[in-house]
Amino acid sequence: MSIQVLQSLLDGILMGGVYALAALGLSLIFGVLKITNFAHGAMMTVGMYVVYALASGLGFNAYLALPFAMILMFVIGFLIQRFPIHYIEHAPAHNQLLLTLGMAYILENVLLVIFTPNYKTLTVDGFEKALRIGNLTVAPAKLVAFAVVVFVTGCIYFILYRTHTGNSIRASAQNDTGAKLMGINVRNIRAIAFGLGAVCTGIAGGLLTPIMSIYPTLGESFQLKCFVIAVLGGMGNLWGALLSGLLIGVIESLSSYYLGGSWSEMLIYGIFILILFVRPTGLFGRGNRREN
Amino acid sequence: MEGEIVVKTKRVEQGTLLILLVIALIFPLLSERYMLSVGISILIMALLGQSWNIMSGYAGQFSFGHAAFFGLGAYTSSILYIDFNISPWVGMIAGMCVAALVGVLIGFLSFRYKLRGDFFALVTLAFAEILRVLFNNTKALKGATGILIPYKDAWKEFQFANDRIFYFIILGMVILATLFIGVMSRRKFGIFLIAIKENQEAAGSLGVPVLQYKLVAMAISAAIAAMAGTFYAQYYGFIDPTVVFVSSISVEAIVPCIIGGAGTLGGPLLGALVIIPLQELSNNLFEGINGMNMIIYGVLIVLFVVFCRDGIYGTVIRRLKGARS
Repeated sequence: MSIQVLQSLLDGILMGGVYALAALGLSLIFGVLKITNFAHGAMMTVGMYVVYALASGLGFNAYLALPFAMILMFVIGFLIQRFPIHYIEHAPAHNQLLLTLGMAYILENVLLVIFTPNYKTLTVDGFEKALRIGNLTVAPAKLVAFAVVVFVTGCIYFILYRTHTGNSIRASAQNDTGAKLMGINVRNIRAIAFGLGAVCTGIAGGLLTPIMSIYPTLGESFQLKCFVIAVLGGMGNLWGALLSGLLIGVIESLSSYYLGGSWSEMLIYGIFILILFVRPTGLFGRGNRREN
Repeated sequence: MEGEIVVKTKRVEQGTLLILLVIALIFPLLSERYMLSVGISILIMALLGQSWNIMSGYAGQFSFGHAAFFGLGAYTSSILYIDFNISPWVGMIAGMCVAALVGVLIGFLSFRYKLRGDFFALVTLAFAEILRVLFNNTKALKGATGILIPYKDAWKEFQFANDRIFYFIILGMVILATLFIGVMSRRKFGIFLIAIKENQEAAGSLGVPVLQYKLVAMAISAAIAAMAGTFYAQYYGFIDPTVVFVSSISVEAIVPCIIGGAGTLGGPLLGALVIIPLQELSNNLFEGINGMNMIIYGVLIVLFVVFCRDGIYGTVIRRLKGARS
């Protein structure tokens, strides 16, 4: 294996981690609320700008801003579920799709009004210089991003599998009538799940702020990728989302190296269509496939 | 009693369409260049809306990728015109055929693998995105630079110095599409489509050829979107992949139906008539503030989906029918 292949493999895994976190949020929201969230890319952009605003406006270090961004994203997600998502939870799929699309327009354009359409860049002191490991180079921001992804994912898993709230979330995902009968406040649980999904996505976005220039519609370009990953892993299957996030990251960077960026994009959409046709429950099974 | 209500609804329906038609005919005679361009935007949106209406409003197959058909129409006629000097009128027909074929292909694969609801929407979206990337990166398809249509004022070239002619052409297309849907919805074809939307297993078990009807609906829908695409290319004189293959075009096909009422004859027309003027108004009102008009657009979508799911037209019709009980 040549150095370039190793290099793009490394880049792919690091970026794939960020994708995985964003797709984890999408999959979590789908698993509990059965909603295909078209506002996901926009929520990611909100995360990017929250970190940007805290860092450049209030002088925070970008990485110290992350915990605050987490809290804020949770509140935003919670509120979005309360209104308007709550009102369309039992509506046909296309109404949910449209509503979340409308939310995406609102979020994106509020950012546009506040921050203007200009590109914004954020550099973090002490993280600008690329590190060299043997013959490989790696941007420290990407390494930190990967570490944060691992940490946040750990937290999400801890919440989901080791706390009472997490048990309630998983119970509602499996059977919300059953959960209701067991005395779980499903309404609250759904809002919390949406909030947690927003945290995953927002942090994934926030981690990208020091890596790339941001603008209000940037999240859109990640949205379809999140869908690809979530469907590949099985919608609602959280481990699947993580694994296929890494997989898509690697496929993307390797195919960019061999085929060029645009063909890589087409390859990923092609894989997506193939998976939707042949194995809509995802590579790792257990994905929920809603019937309606 | 029931017959009376049906007659009443029918009369309201015909009355609304007649009023819309009269407005549409008088409008260009009274308006300046700017107003005329607004009128044309409304009609393009209405045509896209009617296209989406057939496949998604009547047949219930929710497409999120109408940009694919719109773009194929625009590109087919433009490439035939630029490279082979074929009249855009002929190119338009060719584009409609290409779009219909692609529509049938997407539909066949999707229905063969039993995709529904949001997964079908995702597949159509992915196809549109693939086409965008493909056209953006293929030299033979003019790549990212797009196509500039040279200006020659002649009927044969589908180019006119007078915007009123453009206006009446697109109006004619909208009337044709609406008439088509109107006739269709009263015949077996339309009734079968609605049956498929309501419950396709039940429809199938009663002998409705489900797959065949869905594919025909997709083909017609795609062809109408392609027609709108050719008109767009000829009227604005410039297309590139980031203009015609983007998801905002797909959204433009959906939103008039949602605001006006999906699966109704006049819904998309009324929807387009509400949205475009509202957007123009907010553009003028918040001049200099980028994004305000899109916030209003988003709020409108959210409000209609939450509080007025049947759309303006659909709600009125339902109220009339609701008088039964």
